[in-house]
Amino acid sequence: MQNGSPESPPSTPGVQLSADSTMGHLEVRGVGKIYDPEGARVEALKKCSLDIPAGDFIAIVGPSGCGKSTLLNILAGFDNLTDGDVLMDGEPLATLDDPPKPGSDRVVVFQNGALFPWKTVLQNVVYGLVVKKQMPESEANDMGMDLLARTGGLDRIAQVFPGQLSSGMQRRVEILRALINNPRILLLDEPFRAMDTVSKTNMHQHLLDIYDTYHKTVFFITHDLDEAIFLADTVVVMTTRPGTIKLRLNIDLPRPRNRHTITSQQFMELKQHAVSAVHEEAKKAFERGERELA
Amino acid sequence: MTKAALMKRLSPSRIRWRGVTSVIAFFVLWHLAVVLGVSGISELPTPVETLATFFGEYIADNDYWQSWAVSFQRVLAGFIIAQLLGIPLGLVFGTNRRFREMFFPVFELMRPIPPLAWVPVSILFWPTNESSIIFITFIGAFFVIVINVYDGVRSIRNEHMWLAQSLGASRLSIFRRIMLPSVIPSIAVGMTLGIAITWNVVIAAEMISSDSGLGRMTWEGYVSSTPEVVLIGMISIGLAGYLSSVVVEWIERRMMPWKETR
Amino acid sequence: MNEGKKLLNMWAGYLLTVTAWYVCVKWLPIPSFQRLPDPVTVVVEWFNPDPDYGLSLFTRDYYLHIWYSTYRATTSFLLAVVLGVPLGILMGWRAKANEYASALLGILRPIPPLAWVPVAILIFPGNEPAVIFVTFLVAFFATTMNTLLGVRSIDKDFFRAAQCLGAEPKDILKDIIIPGALPSIFTGLQIAMGAAWFSLVAGEMIAAQYGLGFMILESYNLVQYPTIVIMMITLGIVGYLSSALIRVAGNRMMRWRAQAIGIGAA
Repeated sequence: MQNGSPESPPSTPGVQLSADSTMGHLEVRGVGKIYDPEGARVEALKKCSLDIPAGDFIAIVGPSGCGKSTLLNILAGFDNLTDGDVLMDGEPLATLDDPPKPGSDRVVVFQNGALFPWKTVLQNVVYGLVVKKQMPESEANDMGMDLLARTGGLDRIAQVFPGQLSSGMQRRVEILRALINNPRILLLDEPFRAMDTVSKTNMHQHLLDIYDTYHKTVFFITHDLDEAIFLADTVVVMTTRPGTIKLRLNIDLPRPRNRHTITSQQFMELKQHAVSAVHEEAKKAFERGERELA
Repeated sequence: MTKAALMKRLSPSRIRWRGVTSVIAFFVLWHLAVVLGVSGISELPTPVETLATFFGEYIADNDYWQSWAVSFQRVLAGFIIAQLLGIPLGLVFGTNRRFREMFFPVFELMRPIPPLAWVPVSILFWPTNESSIIFITFIGAFFVIVINVYDGVRSIRNEHMWLAQSLGASRLSIFRRIMLPSVIPSIAVGMTLGIAITWNVVIAAEMISSDSGLGRMTWEGYVSSTPEVVLIGMISIGLAGYLSSVVVEWIERRMMPWKETR
Repeated sequence: MNEGKKLLNMWAGYLLTVTAWYVCVKWLPIPSFQRLPDPVTVVVEWFNPDPDYGLSLFTRDYYLHIWYSTYRATTSFLLAVVLGVPLGILMGWRAKANEYASALLGILRPIPPLAWVPVAILIFPGNEPAVIFVTFLVAFFATTMNTLLGVRSIDKDFFRAAQCLGAEPKDILKDIIIPGALPSIFTGLQIAMGAAWFSLVAGEMIAAQYGLGFMILESYNLVQYPTIVIMMITLGIVGYLSSALIRVAGNRMMRWRAQAIGIGAA
């Protein structure tokens, strides 16, 4: 097993986990989504436009049911759109005529976690490599072990089933399971939502380490403004349904970031700026008393 | 159901043509198998003949409907007694540790004995044949109901109990306001399973040791080599079982108004 | 300490039950009870090397009946598994298959399996396949329905995650649907086993020459009352063992589950 320094990407043969930031440029252009157009006509998204440069960490903030998950589902290829289109690196990813398909260039980390409980941590991590038959299984396993070892020595839990791990640990493994496929974009759907504050803080640090190492484009959904500002390069606030972009905020906090970032003057100012926009929308959503759109 | 909902349910897009296809295919295959003389099946009447016999000889026949009534009575009696005894026993198993430790193993030992194995003992014990059939029917539903109610009590969330205790609720009111409502879903599951088993048991018991009821009618159809009667009996039993589950489901919905109807 | 008390209570429960049985049969002046065999007679007969009514732990025929019933139950059960599990998975995997199959199952399922006995005897040559068919039928419905339920209950995020990682439909079948439905399949198998014994006994009573169910009714006809109870107890034991066997097999196949439950997620 090689033991590279945490800063340098692994040099395992086979698929390389690249750290270049030239891939993963997303253009969301006027995207709209109406559920059940013949019946109830629920408009989840309306004229959403976003330009996400390659390697950018973008956090989408909005109240429950604002359509942020819908946007993620469209990017992931789980759902079609009913207006506009999405380009990835200049190529059409989702258009009206061509419904998007899921692919390992855009891997999702799920809100409630979706590690396969019947596979060990290692089997989970290498699943994408094995199922696509990119390399022999033994090679995939070596690569998986290497990645696990490099990420805080997680190789020690390689043979454990996910049910035995804490939810934080599960989420770390799930992020690695996505990362090993060398995706252009990581899609994170409120991955730390159900966690307590301490685990959440730890997870933020783990995620930032991974981001600083591999510089993937990250599309991160949350309803927690602090979390968004702390992690992202760009924070986007969405309005309540129909979801539109209300505010786009550039976060120029220096990287690498750590717990001191949160108490900095700059952080406070950014938060001040965003907070009124978020609360306005949250209040609207609350008054409507709607449950979240799944 | 509102009229709009009914219309939606009956609209052509909701009727699954694939399902209809497979059901029609089943009857066509049956017909062909009889007509073409597939061994075994050629003994049976075709679907059309069965239907003709039913409408010609049975629909207005008093004895036929009498069989329905007799079987229904037995099912109802066995089912209700099983509820009346099974629900309290399940509750006691769930609440009284000592009683559970003493008698649950005995209960578990008896549970795997299939209900029909009780037939001879039941005939020996009960003075009339009718009561012995009802007893076997009761046995069929009883174990399922007890187990479900017991599971229901065990799965009550502790927070609910603690909340009630900290609010100073008495044992009786905890039982009435927390325990009973919490086990209603389990009782419902027990009822659904119970009614199906009950019909199964009644039919078998009637075939084995009775001179009336739908099960007997079907069996006599076989004995007297009139396969039409066998099929009419089977279909009637299926229908009766189906009707009872519909009724049980309706009662369950009544018991649980908080559950969303789909 | 606590365990010991629990065991004590358990044996007290057994003892009380058997005593109550004895007292009711022997001492109560109620004819209903007096007609039943008492526990002592039953046990003495069961362990008698030279039994009064021909069947005990020391006679060949006793095991022959067990063998016949077990053979029938196993055959039907295996047939039900081999046909029911794939059908259930297919129904859960492909919506079209579900539409075709569930309508047909929907009209056949309400018919209690035992109502099939006469038709089965007519259709099949001889009673033996008829009894096995009826037993198979119940086990089949239970297996199919629980397998389908199992596939349905798989979190849809697992499907999405697999798709994201590049899984094709056949990979999803192998890696998500089958392992995901396994817990429910095994629940179904246990139910199916119970149901199989249930119909088997009835089937044997109605139309067989050997087997535990047959012998229970036959002993009644021949006025061999203690044998009835011996056979009932034997049925209980065999039925219990068969479902325990499935439980063990299930735990073996779902190590991930046992581990997760045993140690518990933090």
